Amino acid sequence: MTENKNGPGSAAFRRADMGYIALMVIPLICCLALKVLFKPESVGVDISGAMIFLTVKGFPLQDLVITESQVNSWGIILSLTGLCLYLTHGLMEKAETKRQLAAEWIVEKCGNLVSANMGERYSEYVYFIAAIMGLSAFSSLSCLIGLFAPTGDVNVTAGWAILVFALVTWTKMQGGVLNYLKGFTEPIPVFTPMNFISEFSLPVSMAFRHYGNVMSGAVISVLIGTALRGLSKSLLGAIPVIGNIPLLQVGLPAILSLYFDVFSGLMQAFIFAMLTMLNVSGAFPQEAWEKRQAKKAVRRQRAAAAKAG
Amino acid sequence: MVELAMGIMLGLCGVGAGIALIAGIGPGIGEGQAVAAACEAIGRQPEAKSDVTSTMVMGCAIAETTGLYGLIIGILLIFVAPGIYSGVLRDTVAALK
Repeated sequence: MTENKNGPGSAAFRRADMGYIALMVIPLICCLALKVLFKPESVGVDISGAMIFLTVKGFPLQDLVITESQVNSWGIILSLTGLCLYLTHGLMEKAETKRQLAAEWIVEKCGNLVSANMGERYSEYVYFIAAIMGLSAFSSLSCLIGLFAPTGDVNVTAGWAILVFALVTWTKMQGGVLNYLKGFTEPIPVFTPMNFISEFSLPVSMAFRHYGNVMSGAVISVLIGTALRGLSKSLLGAIPVIGNIPLLQVGLPAILSLYFDVFSGLMQAFIFAMLTMLNVSGAFPQEAWEKRQAKKAVRRQRAAAAKAG
Repeated sequence: MVELAMGIMLGLCGVGAGIALIAGIGPGIGEGQAVAAACEAIGRQPEAKSDVTSTMVMGCAIAETTGLYGLIIGILLIFVAPGIYSGVLRDTVAALK
C-alpha cells in the first residue's frame, strides 16, 4: 500500500498539523504571559479596563497606545487562523475525517444562516459574517482562560461597528449616491437631522450593546465574588482553620460565569452577526434592486433605439 | 472647602448612577411582555416552539440594549467618573490658588 507523500498519516502531514495546533495555542499563551508580566499585584475589588502595554509618542492626533484588548484580539485572530488551517488541512472530496466533517458543518450552517436572512443575492457575504461571528464569540469566550475579553473594551466593538456601518453605507450607495443622499430627506425634508441621527445611531448602538453586555457581566461577576468573600470572612472568620478559606465563594460565581461569559458572549456574537445581516440586506432591498435594474434596462433600450433611429 | 466639594462630587456621582439605572424599568417591562407573548404563541402552536424561542431570545437581547446603556452609565459614574472629576477639581483648586 503506497501512501500519498503529503496525504494524511504521512510525516509531513503530521508536522503541519503540529504547526497549526501550535499556531492555535501559542498566541493565547503569549497573551497570558504578557498579562502575568504586566499586571500589577492587587488585593480586593479589582475592576479595571484594559492595561496599556506600550505608548508610542509622535503621532499627529494622539499617542498610539497598544492595549491589552488589542493584543488579545490579535492573539485570538492568529489562534482562529490556526484553527481554520487545522480544520481545512487535508480536505478530501468525500468527507472521512472528523475535522473535515466539523469544517463542512460550520460552512454549511453559516451559509444557511446567511442565505436565510439575507437572501441569495448576498450569499457571498457569508465570509464576512462568519468571520465577525467567530471572532466575536471567541473573544468573549477568551475570558474563560483568564484573558481580558477584547469585547469588554468599547474600542474593539466600536471598530467592528464602524466596519459594519461602512459596509451598510456602501451597500446603500449601490442604488446611486444621489439616491442615497435623497434618502435623508424622506418622508419630508424637515426630517433630515433626525435621519442623520438615526443613521449614526446604528454603529453606536451596535458597539455599546456588545461591549455593555460583556463588560457588565465581568463587573457583576467581580462584585459578587468580592461580596461572597467578605460574607464568608464575616460569617466563618472566627473559626480557626476554615475561616481563612473563602468557602462561600465556591459554586455561585461559576454558575454566574456560565451565564455571563458563555451564554451572553455567544448570544451577543450571534446578535452582532444577525444585526449586520439585517442592516446590510435591508440597506438595498430586493424591490429597489429590481426597480433599478428595470430602469437601467429601459434606459439602455432607449439609448439603443436613439442610436438606431 | 476642597473636602466639601469632593464630598458633593462623590455623592452626586452615586446619585447619578442610581438615577441612570431607572433605565432598567423599560426593558424589564418590554421583555416581560415579549416572554408573555411568546408563551401564548407556544401555547397556541406548540410545534413552533423552537422558532418562537429563538426569535424571542433574539428580541429580548435587543430590547435589553436600552437598559444596558443605563447600566454602562451607572458603572462609569461609579468606577471611572470620580477619578476624572477629582483630578479636574484638584486642577481647578490649584489654578485658583
